[in-house]
Amino acid sequence: MADPIKLYPPKPSKVYFFGTCLVDMFYPDAGMAGIQLLEREGIEVIFPQDQTCCGQPAFTSGYHDEARAVAKAQLGLFPEDYPIVVPSGSCGGMMRKHYPGLFKDTEDEILAAEVAGRVWELTDFLLNVCHIKLTDKGEPTTVAMHTSCSARREMGVAEVGPKLLGQLDNVNLVEQVRAEECCGFGGTFAIRHPEISGAMVSEKVDALVDTGARDFVTTDCGCLMNIHGYAEKNRKAMSGQHILSFLWNRTGGGKGEQS
Amino acid sequence: MSETAQHSPHHIDVKEFHPRAHEALHNPQIRHNFRKAMDGLMTKRKSAFEGWDLESLRDLGANVRLRALANLPDLLEQLEKKLTENGIKVHWAVDGDEACRIVRDICKARDAKTVIKGKSMVSEEMELNKYLEEHGIEALESDLGEYIVQLAGETPSHIIMPAIHKNTGEISQLLHDKTGTDLSNDVEYLTAEARLQLREKFMNADVGVSGVNFAVAETGTLCLVENEGNGRMTTTVPKCHIAVTGIEKVVPNLEDVTALLALLTRSATGQHITTYFNMISGPRKAEELDGPDEVHVVLVDNGRSSIYQDDELLDTLRCIRCGACMNHCPVYTRVGGHTYGTTYPGPIGKILMPHLIGLDEGRHLPSASSLCGACGEVCPVKIPIPDLLVRLRQESVDGDKLHPAKVRGHGAKRNALEAMIWKGWSWMHARPGAYRFGTNMAARLRKLQPGQMGGWTQFRTSPKLAPKTFHETLKERGQ
Repeated sequence: MADPIKLYPPKPSKVYFFGTCLVDMFYPDAGMAGIQLLEREGIEVIFPQDQTCCGQPAFTSGYHDEARAVAKAQLGLFPEDYPIVVPSGSCGGMMRKHYPGLFKDTEDEILAAEVAGRVWELTDFLLNVCHIKLTDKGEPTTVAMHTSCSARREMGVAEVGPKLLGQLDNVNLVEQVRAEECCGFGGTFAIRHPEISGAMVSEKVDALVDTGARDFVTTDCGCLMNIHGYAEKNRKAMSGQHILSFLWNRTGGGKGEQS
Repeated sequence: MSETAQHSPHHIDVKEFHPRAHEALHNPQIRHNFRKAMDGLMTKRKSAFEGWDLESLRDLGANVRLRALANLPDLLEQLEKKLTENGIKVHWAVDGDEACRIVRDICKARDAKTVIKGKSMVSEEMELNKYLEEHGIEALESDLGEYIVQLAGETPSHIIMPAIHKNTGEISQLLHDKTGTDLSNDVEYLTAEARLQLREKFMNADVGVSGVNFAVAETGTLCLVENEGNGRMTTTVPKCHIAVTGIEKVVPNLEDVTALLALLTRSATGQHITTYFNMISGPRKAEELDGPDEVHVVLVDNGRSSIYQDDELLDTLRCIRCGACMNHCPVYTRVGGHTYGTTYPGPIGKILMPHLIGLDEGRHLPSASSLCGACGEVCPVKIPIPDLLVRLRQESVDGDKLHPAKVRGHGAKRNALEAMIWKGWSWMHARPGAYRFGTNMAARLRKLQPGQMGGWTQFRTSPKLAPKTFHETLKERGQ
């Protein structure tokens, strides 16, 4: 659960960027948008090339030895005292909330806790550490947002996305019914229990479509892949993108001046 | 629901989980009944806590339960002493079978033929009704929901609202078929009819069996929360009252009850207080006009003391059985309570039942969650349900050499193929060079990406591999 009080660090000159494996293979644009947003805020972004995955898929599947081996390979990548920003509530949650427990009673216990304490979900970092001010350069549009369960409940950043979108003058943010309900992704849950997951995502897409918006944004690539993939397969008029891509494109980044 | 869901809930075939889920997901009635009921309960809970500092109250609730559990052995001794002083007979049962035998023996000693029951999940756990029937004693449920479920030959689909899977039409038909009432959609009429039927049974029952919400050690008081008055009747009308309870329900003193009660009723049904709150402190005294001559308490272990041995799993025992976790669970809301095939369904069932039936029989339980965390967020005593689910997933595959599994039936879900896949996955992701090589190859060969990916593409398109990995893009950018 979210910490009762979150102590944000002062805005640093440098950050480490942990890209996540889903961004790496499926959504590099979202990662790039995140890096460019940080750079525009005057922050130097360090991307350790030896990073792979936070270890979460094995962890939530119960294979903790395998998860620990992968997580251990990440622990040494952030030697300086800079914050570690992650474009995902889920991977961020794994590192921030579960690394200390995973390495408890091991030689890496202290390092894991130290690394965990420096992990920030990227939109939270942009809003509450960088105090980013966004200037909308796009045409008027309506979007819905799905905040991932880990962003909402583990990282406690449910209010961040709407606040960032609220800075965009031409963006009308609409809220779907049962906004706080899971989209049904849940990592390997979607594979292990496809029918239950399918029922969940179908209702999520219906709720999004019912808002009248044709686009949604989300903090996490897992939800994006799930919701967008369902809408695409079932020819629903709903298309998704990572909130970082959306913010970058709306504020003059990317090729055009609108999303 | 399927036949298997209706009988012997402890001995279901684990392979049945998916077929039952399939059936429930394709049953519009089930989907509608649960969605509507859970939406209502979530709204009621939210408004019941308006104006409260809910986080502080939950902290208080968690601390009350933690303090009680920290002193559980001493508190149970104190409880036994105080109950005995109050004239209540205390019995200890290692498991459900022993608890059933104790109840039967008490009935036998009184030559009792009929038992009226208040709502009790522990008695469901014990499968008491079935046992008593097999031994020639009629057991009749007096909670309206339980009565309906019993008439239908089913088990409860929710721990607070046992018949929540049925709508008025179905209940009307059931009462008509089994008891001859008129078919009607008038809830008032149906309730009045059922009440009339139950009244007669109350007057003639030899023994009343109830559950317990809180057992207070300092005073030897049994607290029972209910809305229908059937709990009051069950515990006062028959000459003998038997309360059955799990050993974890004990709290140090009455002050502790105030916090837990405030949390329980609001979390469960969104009520500020239930219609009835019974505090039972002994059999009828000489100068009193009513009440039972005999009061018994059966303190049931049934796996609880083994949960108690582990510092993390111990949190499972904090539960005060409010049902908020299932009301807020997106999986429970869609598949309903019977799909789980266990006495306790939903999130609490997923973390409790593996201890009661073993992780071999219950191996489908911990995985049936997207780990969305809604359950942990609303739990009035802050049980870290998602963390416990992950722990049980680890136990079910023997996945942690540093912390060897200990729950009965651990390792049953481990299969060689999956273990090998995770080993391979781990090998590659612990080696940056191998990882970059692998992901670059995947990006280059993305045209060969399979269009069908099992359960994923049954409902969704497959995600598209990017032509260039993020690593590669940044490398070219000099990062």
